[in-house]
Amino acid sequence: MTAAAITEEGTVDIRDRADVVRQIRQLVVFAIVAVLTLVFWLSTEDAVIPYRLGEGEDVSTFDGAVALVLCFLLALVALGLAAVNRVPRGWAGTLIYLAVGLAFVLSFLIWSYGDQMTETPTALLNPLPGTVRLSTPLILGAMAGCLCERAGVINLAIEGQMLVGAYFAALAATVVSSATFGLVGGLVAGVALSVLLGFFALRYQMNQVVLGVVLIALATGLTDFLLSQLPRELNEPEILQRIAIPVLSDIPLLGPTLFDQNLLVYLMYVAVAGSTLLLFETRWGLRVRAVGEHPKAADTVGIKVNRLRWQAVLLGGAMAGLGGAYFTVGSTGSFDSNASAGNGFIALAAVIMGRWHPIGATLSACLFGFCFTLQAQLAFLDKIPGELLRASPYLVTLIAVAGFVGRVRPPAADGEPYVKG
Amino acid sequence: MKLEIRGLTKRFGDFVANDHIDLTIEPGEIHCLLGENGAGKSTLMNMLYGLLDPSEGEVLIDEVPRSFATPGDAIAAGIGMVHQHFMLVPVFTVAENVMLGDESVRGGVFLNRGQATERVRALSQQYGLKVDPEALVEHLPVGVQQRVEIIKALSHNAKVLILDEPTAVLTPQEIEELMQIMRELRDQGTSIIFITHKLREVKAVGDRISVIRRGRVVGTADPSTSEAELAEMMVGRSVKLVVDKEPSTRRDTVLQVEHLTVTDPRGHQVVKDIGFEVRAGEVLGVAGVQGNGQTELVKALIGLIRPDTGVISLDGNDISGHGPRRSLEAGVGYIPEDRSHDGNVGSFSVRENLILDLYRDDRFARGMALRLDDIATNAQERIEEFDIRTESDQTPVSALSGGNQQKVVVAREFSRPLKLLVASQPTRGVDVGSIEFIHRRIIAERDRGTAVVIVSTELDEIYALSDRIAVMYDGRIVGTVTPDIPREQIGLLMAGATDTGEERV
Repeated sequence: MTAAAITEEGTVDIRDRADVVRQIRQLVVFAIVAVLTLVFWLSTEDAVIPYRLGEGEDVSTFDGAVALVLCFLLALVALGLAAVNRVPRGWAGTLIYLAVGLAFVLSFLIWSYGDQMTETPTALLNPLPGTVRLSTPLILGAMAGCLCERAGVINLAIEGQMLVGAYFAALAATVVSSATFGLVGGLVAGVALSVLLGFFALRYQMNQVVLGVVLIALATGLTDFLLSQLPRELNEPEILQRIAIPVLSDIPLLGPTLFDQNLLVYLMYVAVAGSTLLLFETRWGLRVRAVGEHPKAADTVGIKVNRLRWQAVLLGGAMAGLGGAYFTVGSTGSFDSNASAGNGFIALAAVIMGRWHPIGATLSACLFGFCFTLQAQLAFLDKIPGELLRASPYLVTLIAVAGFVGRVRPPAADGEPYVKG
Repeated sequence: MKLEIRGLTKRFGDFVANDHIDLTIEPGEIHCLLGENGAGKSTLMNMLYGLLDPSEGEVLIDEVPRSFATPGDAIAAGIGMVHQHFMLVPVFTVAENVMLGDESVRGGVFLNRGQATERVRALSQQYGLKVDPEALVEHLPVGVQQRVEIIKALSHNAKVLILDEPTAVLTPQEIEELMQIMRELRDQGTSIIFITHKLREVKAVGDRISVIRRGRVVGTADPSTSEAELAEMMVGRSVKLVVDKEPSTRRDTVLQVEHLTVTDPRGHQVVKDIGFEVRAGEVLGVAGVQGNGQTELVKALIGLIRPDTGVISLDGNDISGHGPRRSLEAGVGYIPEDRSHDGNVGSFSVRENLILDLYRDDRFARGMALRLDDIATNAQERIEEFDIRTESDQTPVSALSGGNQQKVVVAREFSRPLKLLVASQPTRGVDVGSIEFIHRRIIAERDRGTAVVIVSTELDEIYALSDRIAVMYDGRIVGTVTPDIPREQIGLLMAGATDTGEERV
């Protein structure tokens, strides 16, 4: 592709390669969406789909025939904008990406639930409450990632912190017979693993990637060992009960989604708001970010670099540990081997996709949570092979990162130990 | 505030970086610390700023002995420092950078950005330091970033301000502005320690001059002292400040560059449609502030980057995009801007570094084997010819001083027949003696009929060597001039002004 054009004055006006890459990326993503929405539209004969807004609610129906056409047209318009390189930047661009994403999801759902020839068709259940639940551990893990990496410490061990968090939450909850106390257990276990992370990464400047892998192995081994050695009776915790917040939970759609959840989910809200405020509006946050970007600059104005890194690592560990508690007291109850099942790594992906910002990471984690929820529902329909369904969250990650995220810039001193002098 | 340094000494193992240094900085003076690279100026200042622990000696502030374990202590005592490599967080705003470490807060924890912005505005007004408090530092030009550093120090109530080689990254105009700022600060009572190796600047702005050589204060002088005398104090012997050279005898065109456009790895266009030619026996100096595309131009010239468009022809053959090996074999010599990163392999011996790009040459290799004896002989000859000061040719090159490391690079590149020499910052961080030597060799190479391209951010060097000067700004050549043009005009070109009415040649 030639990006050069001679203008009237005879000077060569050449487009930045970054701009060209951006356009190519948009073209590919929008073209894929346009083709898929077209396929969904053309291959759906009966677009009337049954759905339920909540678990206890009645089944209603929705005729998606028009929606299918609109979704395709929307993707086509976006493709057209990309073709002439007129996709706006900033919030307007984000809106377009969002609209195209929604169009894809909507037409995909209509296609999935349409054409059901049975007497009692499977109804689409509102996926939003499930999304919030399944996103909770991802978001808490992502907060751990944001805090540590903003301070310049790579925390690959989120998975490990979650695993010990899950186990010790179950143990603590069983011993005290209180699911709420289980959260304390998870938090303490997460912090304990963080102490190891801080000790080797900050005190002995060990390679942080290797260290993360080692800590995950340690957490896996430790929890499996305890699981096999301690009596079963110590792994039978109570489960956190849902608490419907009065008034707020009565809001249609939003209420059941956000305000009829268990304590851990509410703590997650606090963690997100708290991390954002802490990092961007407080003295501590300014210093943490300075330490992660340019530790020497922080040192020359009298800031104790490693002390701040320690604080960020420990706080992160607390959040990841809490996130781990989701896998026991927050959902199923007793601990199974490898309960966190890769959620720590997905949280890490959310951190990067969210550009190391708590809000961005939260939204990314919600995208993954949404995929998990849909995947669980769609498994009841036989339209898509189960293997492909299980891979879908990762496919979505790939497309989202490649298509929308672009070049991301981690904190400049991420993973670099600070040595004075 | 009066600052007194008494017998301050710093040893690193056997090496004495600072040897019983005595200095007194009077209130409200600009005290210049003049010395070559590696003379020990930065070590001294790092001790003063709490970044290094002195081995011996003491620091007195207003007659009271003080010791600084951390920069925080030094700041509290009223010492501020503008580091050579800025200590600014690029992704923070000016106000955030200034308040870092001493934040304006509400309720003890929450940042009060409004108050910090006001503080920057007030200081910027009081001292005439123009800057937008809400701009992101990474978007600011280097000269303005430096102002931010000064404001940062002042906002910590610095009474003594250390400026460590502050002019290295500035255009001549920015240097003039900085000096104005320094005078303004002095007049309002701040003392300034101005560290530099540039004689012209010392004479222009200093009230008193202390000269440091090999870790010792070898004398003090006042600004009326001649440049030659100052240079002699600094180097320890008489120095030739100008390079003797005959006017160039321009012959056939060797290098012809047309419509060259280069993109950096981040996808941004950094060299934009450049064209120029260099003839045999001519030195073309490429002037410009660092980061205006010179690095990428040089990399394209020797084949390290494939250009997007354009032709680089050497004796009529296009060598663009064929890789450095093709360029080297075509007769291009290359002195890279960062010798420790690109020029030498630090852990290899001097002997090995001297054949780093000649190992395929029949002189040094037979099939897959190296001719070790010939390599050793070559090393002895080069060390002698280029006066490389090293214990032996088996010493790792990283153990040599900057000047001698650079001589290794120069010696290697000059030990094969060249058609074109591309030298980027050939004397950065090099002592005066080596600068003289390297400059003489480059001119000698020119006189042998080699076409030479010198890329340098030091205008003195550009003037000393060039037969023609091309000025780069924002990826373009904004003017090509002869070296008889005044510095101010080149300065304007370096700042991007193209309507100076200069004569194009």
